[in-house]
Amino acid sequence: MNREKKMSNILIVILLSIGAITMVAPLLWMVTTSFKDRSSVFSLPPQWIPDPFQLDAYIRLFDMSTLRTGIQNSMIVTLTVTTIGTLTSSMAAFSFAKLKLPYKNFIFLILLAGLMIPYPTIMIPQYVIFSNLGWINTLLPLIVPGLFGNVVMIFFLRQYLSNIPDSIIEAAKIDGASYFTIYARLIMPAIKPAVAAQFILWFMASWNDYLAPLIYLRSPEKQTLQVVIANLNSTYAIQTDYPLIMAGSVISLIPVLTVFIIFQKQIIESVALSAVKG
Amino acid sequence: MKNVSVSKNDLKNKKPTSKLFRSEYKAAFLFIIIPVVGFLTFSIIPGLISLYASFTNWNGLGVMEFIGFENYVTLFNDPYFWITLYNTFFLMIGIPIGLVLSFLLAVALNRKIAGRQVFRVLYYIPVVSSLAAISILWQWAYNGDYGLVNQALDIIGIQGPNWLDNTETVKPAIIIMTVWKGLGHSMLLYLAAIQSVPKTFYEAAELDGASPFQSFKNITWPMVKPITFFLIITSIISGSQIFTEINIMTPTGGPQYSSATTVWYTWTQAFSNLKMGYASSIATILGFLIFIITAIQFYINSRSQYKLD
Repeated sequence: MNREKKMSNILIVILLSIGAITMVAPLLWMVTTSFKDRSSVFSLPPQWIPDPFQLDAYIRLFDMSTLRTGIQNSMIVTLTVTTIGTLTSSMAAFSFAKLKLPYKNFIFLILLAGLMIPYPTIMIPQYVIFSNLGWINTLLPLIVPGLFGNVVMIFFLRQYLSNIPDSIIEAAKIDGASYFTIYARLIMPAIKPAVAAQFILWFMASWNDYLAPLIYLRSPEKQTLQVVIANLNSTYAIQTDYPLIMAGSVISLIPVLTVFIIFQKQIIESVALSAVKG
Repeated sequence: MKNVSVSKNDLKNKKPTSKLFRSEYKAAFLFIIIPVVGFLTFSIIPGLISLYASFTNWNGLGVMEFIGFENYVTLFNDPYFWITLYNTFFLMIGIPIGLVLSFLLAVALNRKIAGRQVFRVLYYIPVVSSLAAISILWQWAYNGDYGLVNQALDIIGIQGPNWLDNTETVKPAIIIMTVWKGLGHSMLLYLAAIQSVPKTFYEAAELDGASPFQSFKNITWPMVKPITFFLIITSIISGSQIFTEINIMTPTGGPQYSSATTVWYTWTQAFSNLKMGYASSIATILGFLIFIITAIQFYINSRSQYKLD
């Protein structure tokens, strides 16, 4: 029995490894291609260790002003939206979970119901509204809606806050603390892990966004990194400059993969939690 | 749970509304007002405009001239609309495939095997990767002569096609890619569900002489059923909005429009052809479909054990 179990475990590890190779091989291939020269991209069978190994694609990439502005624009959008949006979302979550307000549960349900409206359905009027404001080809249409908070984040923080006893808040109130002080001094420290996980998930989603930036950003120096690399792809594929295209994709993945590797435990836990609770 | 909190509130509300309460209302109101205003401005109002615009011949610049159901009549006679709707649903074949695979993965990773943390991270990497970069990568991987996919097939003696240029292979190609990208996510949710099953259930079953298959059928499967349902619904919602993969891998909608999807078609009509009114009618139909699916989820969820609160 025990031996049998061991054997089947070994078999499972082998199968899982084959699966893991399938998951990672395309990404590794992307990385090795980015270090090749333009002709060895087409060598058969494919080279897994580039020969010659060169940084040429990255050097050419960083000479392009659009890549630099792309990184910059993505950073501006992502960091502004997630930082301010996290503040507004967590304040709202505090209020929905702990404060008294007539009809607040009803309002919360309406907000949740809003999640049913898919982005493609509202993208056209949004575009026209922002174009009337003169915001086309600026980062504002990507930033401003996010500043008002994120319903998914409010939902999860509200869930998390329900584990925190009301008596702490009552005590602080009796001590004469203002509601903002309670939020900043008491609530924020208590929900820090949940806030961090939600912040990271939002950061990744915002960094990876493609459709909205594609709609709003016209001139190359205004575009975010995802749109820049997609344009690189359509421009340079004809010239078969695959090292350059793959290098661009590698660079666009680095921030999210770094964040993921550092915080993988928290991210995986919070996603898993959402499954059991949602 | 809900009843208890309601009665507690009732008790408190019976007290005369004091200054203290009014200041709490004020703070509570100020804390939620920003998301509420944002929701009205960026979701509800555009949603209503979209609905109205679908009855006009709007081009995005001029006035919206009301034309009744004309857009919808055109839509129902527009072969491209039906093709793109068909393609969108066809691509969802990946959902059951992905669910079966990710469930098997989760069962395997639930065992005490070497390196399960590493496996978990490796399978999750495609999930966090940007869809644009992944689409670019797979477009190159599907290259008929030099792509990674055909190279791999070559090892086992199969000569692969030029995946993205054939009407027969372009949809399977996109399905394979979406399954690959989403596998880690559903695996993780399944794993969490499986691990939330108390170990004592299995121990009791083993004591009663249940076979592994029996305990799987009677314990594991019922416990993961809500997650399966959740995953099906969320996958349908996101699957019906598939755009990035299509626009990057097949910028012209694929050979004979064979990979063009509804959102891609909406986007083309609205922003390339500037038929905002017509595009709004497609978007409204799509929104309506998604609304029905989500409503079903809310309804069934409200009856299942996993509740809000």
